[in-house]
Amino acid sequence: MPWTKFIIEKQEPGYDEHAGGSDRKLTVPEAIRETLDRALAIDKQVFVMGQGVDDPSGMFGMTLGLQEKYGKERVFDTPLSENALTGIGVGAALTGSKPVYFHNRPDFLLLAMDQIVNHAAKYSYMFGGRVRIPLVIVAIIGRGWGSAAQHSQSLHGLFMHIPGLRLVMPSTAYDAKGLLAASIADGNPVIFIEHRWLFKHRSYVPEELYTIPLGKGLVRRKGKDVTIVGISYMVIEALRAAEELKGEGFDAEIIDPRTLRPLDEEIILESVKKTGHLVIADTDWKTGGAASEIASMVAQKGFKYLKAPVKIVAWPDVPVPGSYVLEEAFYPGKDDIIRLVKDLVNI
Amino acid sequence: MNAISKDVSIELYNIMMRIRLVELKIEELYAQDEMRTPIHLCVGQEAIAAGVCANLNKADYVFSNHRGHGHYIAKGGDLRAMVAELYCKETGCSRGRGGSMHLIDTSVGFMGCSSIVGGSIPIATGAALNSLLCKDGRVSVVFFGDAASEEGVLFESMNFAALKNLPIVYICENNFYSVCSHQTARQANCDISMRPKAFDISSCKVDGSEVMEVYAESKKAIDKARSGKGPSFLECRAYRWRGHVGPGDPQKDSYREQKEWVEWMKKDPLKKFEDSLTKSDILDDACIKNIRCKIDEDISEAFEFAKNSPLPDRRELEKYLYG
Repeated sequence: MPWTKFIIEKQEPGYDEHAGGSDRKLTVPEAIRETLDRALAIDKQVFVMGQGVDDPSGMFGMTLGLQEKYGKERVFDTPLSENALTGIGVGAALTGSKPVYFHNRPDFLLLAMDQIVNHAAKYSYMFGGRVRIPLVIVAIIGRGWGSAAQHSQSLHGLFMHIPGLRLVMPSTAYDAKGLLAASIADGNPVIFIEHRWLFKHRSYVPEELYTIPLGKGLVRRKGKDVTIVGISYMVIEALRAAEELKGEGFDAEIIDPRTLRPLDEEIILESVKKTGHLVIADTDWKTGGAASEIASMVAQKGFKYLKAPVKIVAWPDVPVPGSYVLEEAFYPGKDDIIRLVKDLVNI
Repeated sequence: MNAISKDVSIELYNIMMRIRLVELKIEELYAQDEMRTPIHLCVGQEAIAAGVCANLNKADYVFSNHRGHGHYIAKGGDLRAMVAELYCKETGCSRGRGGSMHLIDTSVGFMGCSSIVGGSIPIATGAALNSLLCKDGRVSVVFFGDAASEEGVLFESMNFAALKNLPIVYICENNFYSVCSHQTARQANCDISMRPKAFDISSCKVDGSEVMEVYAESKKAIDKARSGKGPSFLECRAYRWRGHVGPGDPQKDSYREQKEWVEWMKKDPLKKFEDSLTKSDILDDACIKNIRCKIDEDISEAFEFAKNSPLPDRRELEKYLYG
């Protein structure tokens, strides 16, 4: 699909928390593939499934060549049947496997909500800790080229609502590798949501397997005037906004929570304590979503630090439109962040 | 009948009697309001749980549903822990976090009940996938009702089981009612056993009130699964003697045909089996008395254990959310 190449290359942000550390740089799909390769090699309980994991393109490269290397039993294509296959993942996990289940788009996870919410998320608690469900579900948010209402949703707000799930949203290749390894090792159901627009970004990725603790956010840019919490791809928009704001004398601190459940509340509160201002940028709807949840958390636990109301950059309350004119109007970006930061700090 | 040994017959009778007496005791004591959890009694369906599970090894997996007391008992689940769960106690099989609809005893391969209709079906299928991957020789069995055959997830699961040739047996207990809705009000074609054939899954109808028939047909299906020849499906027809939930069936006359009720009452699975065993001199009154006496003792002991057990600690509300 030529459009993805075009759009993604245009979006190349050129950021890396390990800049200058090494020139071993990978894309997100390459980092995911490397993690799966290592996980399959070291842990016989791991298997990888999903519609298209053995395609010539290997799920955007994430599963490329793994079936040849580990066999059709451990890396296999599946029927669409999202609800049953999620339950099959639950049952396999319950009896000793560690499945990693790939989906093209989060939109399709809605077909599996019964098994995700009523089963995967409940089994440990409902059975008094007698069982655990080490199941990782991966999905990639789409955006652009008229992907429209049913191929562009993030839906992480829905999953953040559910106790018993982990919710992971990496924004760099380094994090994608460390967080996926941690997710497989965690022993609980994990919803691992990536963003298609991050896929051509490269960042430093060590060759060896490593894990990043779930629930540990990161300060991507230090600043003193305003805190910007960016979720997934919005980390990049926030970094771009920060560069422009710097030229105008505003010094923004950028927090990447990396996981939304558990959420690193402390890193956000510490930053707001310092800056007194908070903007949250999300790739989802605001109503009942992750951004609103973070705003609520800060209102409850850090109200005394705030010098002005919390601002949210998120999707307007309509489905994602098809036409590129409407897409442009729909998706917020760095300019919206910049505008809100100026509004806030100038109060 | 001839093919089944005397020991197996007595064991089947024992299990059926145990399920019946446990259910009747729960029903009897329910009005005390100490079991604060919805109960779904399986009186009338005992032969299915007993007949199927008698063919399973301890290591084999069983998955069940909201009406799961009988399956738990037949697979050898700890009775004390089950009754304690009904009393919502910390000593319950799910430590009081599950209640009557969420029984589990992994030590005997009883892998849990889902109260979402059809919810256990793909999970059992996944357990069978795990067995295929690690070649552990286990068979998975899942029990579900006629209404679960209306859920898409059954068809999705059967397709996958057939595709991968999984060691699983699907047991549909057709008791004709979903709450108060008769099967004919819900299904265009009431022959559930025909549906698996669309996936080339071998399937048959079984009289679920005849434990010998259930035993023989499920033996074939379980042996087939264990020998690597893939999934099977049994539709076992039996009658739910009680209402959907709770003791008795106060609304019985408003939704059941009197004639249907009378006919099924003549087919009490326990009574029929008892008569046949006494007729063939496998059981006599003394044996029956002994069996009942032992079960009554176990039941008294289990209820005493449950009643005397501690409740969960309020401070542990959030424990067990993650494994």
